[in-house]
Amino acid sequence: MQHQSYSVDHLHHLESEAIFILRETAAQFHNPVILFSGGKDSIVVARLAQKAFWPAKLPFPLVHIDTGHNFAETIEFRDMLVKKLNADLKVGSVQESIDKGRAVEEKGINASRNMLQTVTLLDTLENLKIDAAIGGARRDEEKARAKERFFSHRDEFGQWDPKNQRPELWNLFNGRKNMGEHFRVFPLSNWTEMDVWQYIKREELDLPTIYFSHERDVIIRNGVHLAVTDFITVQPDEKVQKKTVRFRTVGDATCTGAVESVASTLDHIIAEVAAARQTERGTRADDKRSETAMEDRKKEGYF
Amino acid sequence: MDLLRFTTAGSVDDGKSTLIGRLMFDTKTIFEDQLEAIEESSRKKGDENINLALLTDGLKAEREQGITIDVAYRYFATPKRKFIIADTPGHIQYTRNMVTGASTANLAIILIDARKGVLEQTSRHAFIASLLRLQHVVICVNKMDLVDYDEKIFDEIVDDFTNFASRLDIADVTFIPISALHGDNVVDRSDNMPWYKGSSLLYHLEHVHIGPDTNHVDSRFPVQWVIRPQSDKYHDFRGYAGRIASGVFKPGDDVNILPSGFSTKIKKIHSLDGELSEAFYPHSVALTLEDEIDISRGDMIVKSQNQPNVGQDIDLMICWFSDKTKLQPRNKYIVKHTSKEVKAIVTEVCYKVNINTLHKIENDTTFELNEIGRIKLRVSSPLFYDSYTRNRNTGSVILIDEFTNETVAAGMIR
Ligand SMILES: Nc1nc2c(ncn2[C@@H]2O[C@H](COP(=O)(O)OP(=O)(O)O)[C@@H](O)[C@H]2O)c(=O)[nH]1
Repeated sequence: MQHQSYSVDHLHHLESEAIFILRETAAQFHNPVILFSGGKDSIVVARLAQKAFWPAKLPFPLVHIDTGHNFAETIEFRDMLVKKLNADLKVGSVQESIDKGRAVEEKGINASRNMLQTVTLLDTLENLKIDAAIGGARRDEEKARAKERFFSHRDEFGQWDPKNQRPELWNLFNGRKNMGEHFRVFPLSNWTEMDVWQYIKREELDLPTIYFSHERDVIIRNGVHLAVTDFITVQPDEKVQKKTVRFRTVGDATCTGAVESVASTLDHIIAEVAAARQTERGTRADDKRSETAMEDRKKEGYF
Repeated sequence: MDLLRFTTAGSVDDGKSTLIGRLMFDTKTIFEDQLEAIEESSRKKGDENINLALLTDGLKAEREQGITIDVAYRYFATPKRKFIIADTPGHIQYTRNMVTGASTANLAIILIDARKGVLEQTSRHAFIASLLRLQHVVICVNKMDLVDYDEKIFDEIVDDFTNFASRLDIADVTFIPISALHGDNVVDRSDNMPWYKGSSLLYHLEHVHIGPDTNHVDSRFPVQWVIRPQSDKYHDFRGYAGRIASGVFKPGDDVNILPSGFSTKIKKIHSLDGELSEAFYPHSVALTLEDEIDISRGDMIVKSQNQPNVGQDIDLMICWFSDKTKLQPRNKYIVKHTSKEVKAIVTEVCYKVNINTLHKIENDTTFELNEIGRIKLRVSSPLFYDSYTRNRNTGSVILIDEFTNETVAAGMIR
């Protein structure tokens, strides 16, 4: 008799774990949402949520924090996916926060709306009475994230206290909280960038086109390739060049850098990631502001 | 590619961070920009060489104080396996972190400084590994370069540890002499220690057998969520969603529902990718049943011929996690067990354990931070459980403080 093999492939393991977390979130909270950026990680989270509750539709809406500085492709993609999933979409607008005087636009050439997102995010969570915001962040992205929990507790000001996190043991997740507090939930905690790409390939997921190689006008600022868009001001000493690039993350167009790449298919990208010598956040100007930039932003309530 | 989760323990300065940095560096997990960043930090601190240990120092407070204060998770992969490291500090006050890291691990690496040998901390780490039922322990005798790669010193440490560990219950202990700083026996076998005939640490991690960690005998399915689509197509669909805790389920299996005791059969095992012919840990699936039975979150589906214990008096080993409150007899908590939450009262503190000597402490009934011992709880409604030794997923609980909502203890049911 052949002996049954119960070994489980690592992607299957990660998928089952993430589905478990999503179901726990639905069960333990009153009003969870998925924070959807249109980036590959949140696309994977949306897929996992679809699997977790199938054949029912998602028991929670997608929330997009719109900086107003988007690549057009991302928004198109977002709307298409929402339709396909038959999901609800809610948008929190940074422009609106600025117009209402809740946030002040940064000045100077490196001005970005990335910091302002935090204000809009926290306002949106409060307005919609959200008690759990599910995000696609991974622990391998950045050193401050390595200690993040699956269920990450935030105080009534939305702040993260790295010294006061609840220990997480076995499969037991404690989502109990007091009035006004909320949780951030990270189902992809244990995934690496490579896992995400392999999963996208396995599931044949669609992605916004900016992830694949294309020609684009860029400038090089602080070592980062920035796309020339309506949202940045090219300085006199900066040279606009046409380059063959792609993006490794999707964020605010003013601070998300492109990498030179000819990778035009998922297989090319996976090969590139396997050989890559730069972390994906290495292309983000917002993390380069200081060595602890991410940690400081997280404490204030940033994703 | 399969997955191995391990935890690392060692006393301060035994070289834990250096070892993890080394594993990540030699498996090419470290990227150029990370390397640049730590080179820069090393220079600022006045270190001569780049300090691989900086890679694993996550948070600002820690960098300032030069210590690690929490559990951090690291990832690397080789063509053979994906690895998740729960990196936990070895300070005396951080027993709770090692317990946390070990709770999801298959294997523990315990570091010993070759110059210092087996210390009190080493015993503590070994005790926690055995308490948490890690099937595999690897003792890395580090800094062999500082003792001239001397076989005798290594052998003495092996004997010493083996004597101590005979009082513990650890299935598989492996000893490897290494130098984390220079890389001896970390990825490749070292020429400096021809007397060592075993495999390198990485080779061992890639090949150690992880199968027996999971219980494939006792079929347990805690119901997490009920799927009831509001659509015409799936009008009558009622799926019980959850993750198989242990054992194997197949369509047609005779099952019982706890606590009601109703018996029925599994109709189908569903997933978005199609129906499955069987499911086992760690699969997340949705089950449909032949009969319409009222089932909700916290109930458990089990095979009829193999049932768990059902009871309200729970005997368990705990590790106390709180520095703000203490556990005492008559205290009340919330117990989280599988997908169920119940109230509980401490009916008895049996003993505490001195984790350095392994002696019982019998007439002290108060638990403070990092203390380990045996207690009894009475819970408000029955739990469906197995002993932790037999089944990690149905034998583990956490205790939650009713007022602060903090997780205050980890518990392993006896
Ligand atoms: N000579 C030598 N020094 C080592 C070795 N491993 C670590 N060290 C040094 O020991 C010190 C403490 O190491 P670290 O990794 O920070 O220890 P941790 O506190 O256990 O994380 C550092 O100065 C390391 O460079 C080794 O194998 N040989």
